Amino acid sequence: MTKVTMTVNGRSVSGEAEGRTLLSAFLRETLGLTGTHVGCDTSQCGACVVHVDGKSVKSCTMLAMDAEGASVTTIEGMANPDGSLGTLQQAFQDHHGLQCGFCTPGMVMSAAALLAVNPKPTEAEIRHHLEGNICRCTGYHNIVRAVLAASGQDVSALAAE
Amino acid sequence: MPKDSGIGASSKRREDVRFLTGKGRYMDDMNRPGQAYAYLLRSPVAHGRITALDTREAEAAPGVIKVMTSADTAGIGGLPCGWQIHSRDGAPMHEPKHPVLAEGKVHHVGDPVAMVIAETAAQARDAAEMIVMDIEELPPVVNMKDAVAAGSPLVFDEIGTNVCFDWTFGTPQAETDAVFAAAAHVTTLDLVNQRLVANPMEPRVALGEYDPITELHSLFTTSQNPQLIRLLLSAFVLGIPEQRVRVMAPDVGGGFGSKIFHYNEEVLVVLASKALKRPVKWTSDRSEAFLSDRQGRDHVTRIEVAMDKDGHFLAMRTDTLANLGGYLSTLGPAIPTILHGTLMAGNYKTPKVTVNVKGVFTNTIPVDAYRGAGRPEATYQLERLVDKAAREMGLDPVEIRRRNFIQPDQFPYATPVGLAYDIGNYDATMDKLVEVADFAGFEARKAESAARGKLRGLGVSSYIEACGIAPSAAAGALGGRAGGWESANVRVNAAGGVTVWTGTHSHGQGHETTFAQIVADMLGLPENMIDIVHGDSASGPLGLGTYGSRSLAVGGSAIVRATEKVIAKAKKIAAHLLEAAEEDITFDKGTFTVAGTDKAIDFGTVALTAYVPHNFPHETLEPGLEEQAFYDPANFTFPAGAYACEVEVDPETGKVSVCSFAAADDFGNIINPMVVSGQVHGGIGQGIGQALMENCVYDENGQLLSGSFMDYAMPRADDVPNYVVDHSCITPCTHNPLGVKGCGEAGAIGSPPAVVNAVIDALQRGGYSHVTHIDMPVSPSRVWAAMQAK
Repeated sequence: MTKVTMTVNGRSVSGEAEGRTLLSAFLRETLGLTGTHVGCDTSQCGACVVHVDGKSVKSCTMLAMDAEGASVTTIEGMANPDGSLGTLQQAFQDHHGLQCGFCTPGMVMSAAALLAVNPKPTEAEIRHHLEGNICRCTGYHNIVRAVLAASGQDVSALAAE
Repeated sequence: MPKDSGIGASSKRREDVRFLTGKGRYMDDMNRPGQAYAYLLRSPVAHGRITALDTREAEAAPGVIKVMTSADTAGIGGLPCGWQIHSRDGAPMHEPKHPVLAEGKVHHVGDPVAMVIAETAAQARDAAEMIVMDIEELPPVVNMKDAVAAGSPLVFDEIGTNVCFDWTFGTPQAETDAVFAAAAHVTTLDLVNQRLVANPMEPRVALGEYDPITELHSLFTTSQNPQLIRLLLSAFVLGIPEQRVRVMAPDVGGGFGSKIFHYNEEVLVVLASKALKRPVKWTSDRSEAFLSDRQGRDHVTRIEVAMDKDGHFLAMRTDTLANLGGYLSTLGPAIPTILHGTLMAGNYKTPKVTVNVKGVFTNTIPVDAYRGAGRPEATYQLERLVDKAAREMGLDPVEIRRRNFIQPDQFPYATPVGLAYDIGNYDATMDKLVEVADFAGFEARKAESAARGKLRGLGVSSYIEACGIAPSAAAGALGGRAGGWESANVRVNAAGGVTVWTGTHSHGQGHETTFAQIVADMLGLPENMIDIVHGDSASGPLGLGTYGSRSLAVGGSAIVRATEKVIAKAKKIAAHLLEAAEEDITFDKGTFTVAGTDKAIDFGTVALTAYVPHNFPHETLEPGLEEQAFYDPANFTFPAGAYACEVEVDPETGKVSVCSFAAADDFGNIINPMVVSGQVHGGIGQGIGQALMENCVYDENGQLLSGSFMDYAMPRADDVPNYVVDHSCITPCTHNPLGVKGCGEAGAIGSPPAVVNAVIDALQRGGYSHVTHIDMPVSPSRVWAAMQAK
């Protein structure tokens, strides 16, 4: 076991990790941040996406030790300071971009990373960007609408409801 | 004008706030003090006899507390099957034991053989590798046609056959055959409805905890129906009084049927927690989910329709081999029979319909319900057949359907396959589809595709499903061993808030929001005054759970009945307070009024009086304001609709792209249009996945080849289009209080044939007239091969 220290959602945290401990497991089991979900074991589903030093990362593909000293943002860090939903989160609720909610944290983190570099993505760009995040509930339609809406674009052209 | 609250409003989902902030409570987020971890050792081969199982080294490994084998489960029952089908000769289906740990023989890859319990999950997993498991391999039975052939190896030696049941339903075969012999034209189609994996994004978890003082066995599990699991686990597996088992399912991360069933691991963690006197948790990873979650579909079918010279359907007959896998799952035999054969009339007034199904054991993972469950299999074969028939008759695919639709004035309509459709209007949804899918603009879009070297096609389908499962008497007559009712408890709290317990459960449907809309509407209260509670067998009322698009039609109806009782009692209290006769009291928008006067009292005051009964009719009424209702539906509900898909086929590669998809559904009355659309979107996404991408494949040895998301193609955001979804055609259900039908499965039922019909249409229009069918998934290689097969 080795002590690992990193900044998570703006707070400095540390905990013990084995060499094989994945960042996803460190977040969930050591730090108790269970909003980051694990939906597969082949780095396909994207439910575990977090931001590491500003870049979206599937936290099941990274060892906790590799995040030593890094700045990590998880879904728990995405709300406004007053606890209300952030713009992207609010858009997911407004446009019914989630059903069971299990893929949602990864979906939000992945979409946020897109908007950080591409503030007005096209529908095709959104669909391409989210290719690494699997949702089994929504058929993606309302997720795409939510991301478009969060970027300030008109979604009325995409059939309402 | 859309409403902004109550029934008919697109209320935002209250559950979303916790899901969007990482505060959802999924099973793997939950841990109990002192908990140990379980890992399952599973069979690496499809069929064999266990000749040695030595656990000594594993038991001595670091952190290991116990290793369980079938010796530890000797005193309990096997996993029960909830449905008994009878063969055509009247004999009950073969029902071999389904042990929770393999007893001497393994029946499929992934069959659980032993469970290791250790201080950490990693220690349990490491120790499982130290178990010496010798299996004498037997020839596996993988392919259904081989399984039913004479001389095939047997999955269960003791029953002497791989045919679990040989079922016939509907019109007697000879009657149907006579119509075929005299018909002007017969269209025949051989097809496969491939095996699928439900793959909810949350893998399954089971956590057992035993309290030796109260003798309460607690099971926390990923389940669509915790009360049903409690019944099966207590009464059938453990043989203990039901009240000594508590089953809880907190937030459930999708299910699509795969979390209905009673699973081996649920039993094992409860047994282990009792033996060890500490909680035991098992968490599946995705690879294990592929090997242990019950799978779906897997039919091989020949279907035929006999027509007159004008394309009127005179008779249909269909023969299906349905894969049950290596054991009978909870509802396994019901899916290809009762939920499939009864739908074979579709939307059509075909006078004679005969359905034959052989349920077949194979050395594969057990098969059970997956979204739609039998109804997609029926709809796919029927709607592919109708399309082929239209082509052979020189009729437009829309026209041949219209020519055969049951007409609005024919309801109630008794089909030849056992159902009585109460209401519908199939031309109306087809009209709406033609409009919203812009059929008129197809030729222009086709020309535009052609200019880019692509072949464009338009496919349509109609569907009907039987939902609101189920009227108990009908279910019983058809072989069901449980009832089909639901119950609800509505408690008005003293200060005016309302708590509603329902026996259904949500695994993404948003019941906390939509059920609150119903009660808010009825009581005239704000939605945020109503809380919905579900998912705990101890605190909730009895119930059977969420599947078969039943939660609103059956569970919602129970909520309505209980709320009506609340209103009826509140009216008596109001009459007392207003010093009026009960029959003179009206209730509207939360206010009781003496008819024709301005004397009124609000619901909150009445509720408070029920609990502070200083001025109360004690001689005729009990205090309190809480009511329970059971609701057993009078009939199934029959959502129906018409779907259209446009595809482009790349003739260079055979790749199919879905350009657009439109749905016109009749779900009866709608509680929350936003949620309903979302359900349809998701179903269509899964249907496109089945049509074009997904395939659960075993090799000839019974090894699962598609055992991860690397190998099993899940639809992703760039594989699907935007959907046009309309549910403005409404014929309210005639027999439940809300006039609702259910919407959870329609998308997955109606969409696969629309997609495949579109591909065939594109190829036909593109000059490949020899291509009349391609089996799903319609992959580039299959399309390419079909194009070249001339």
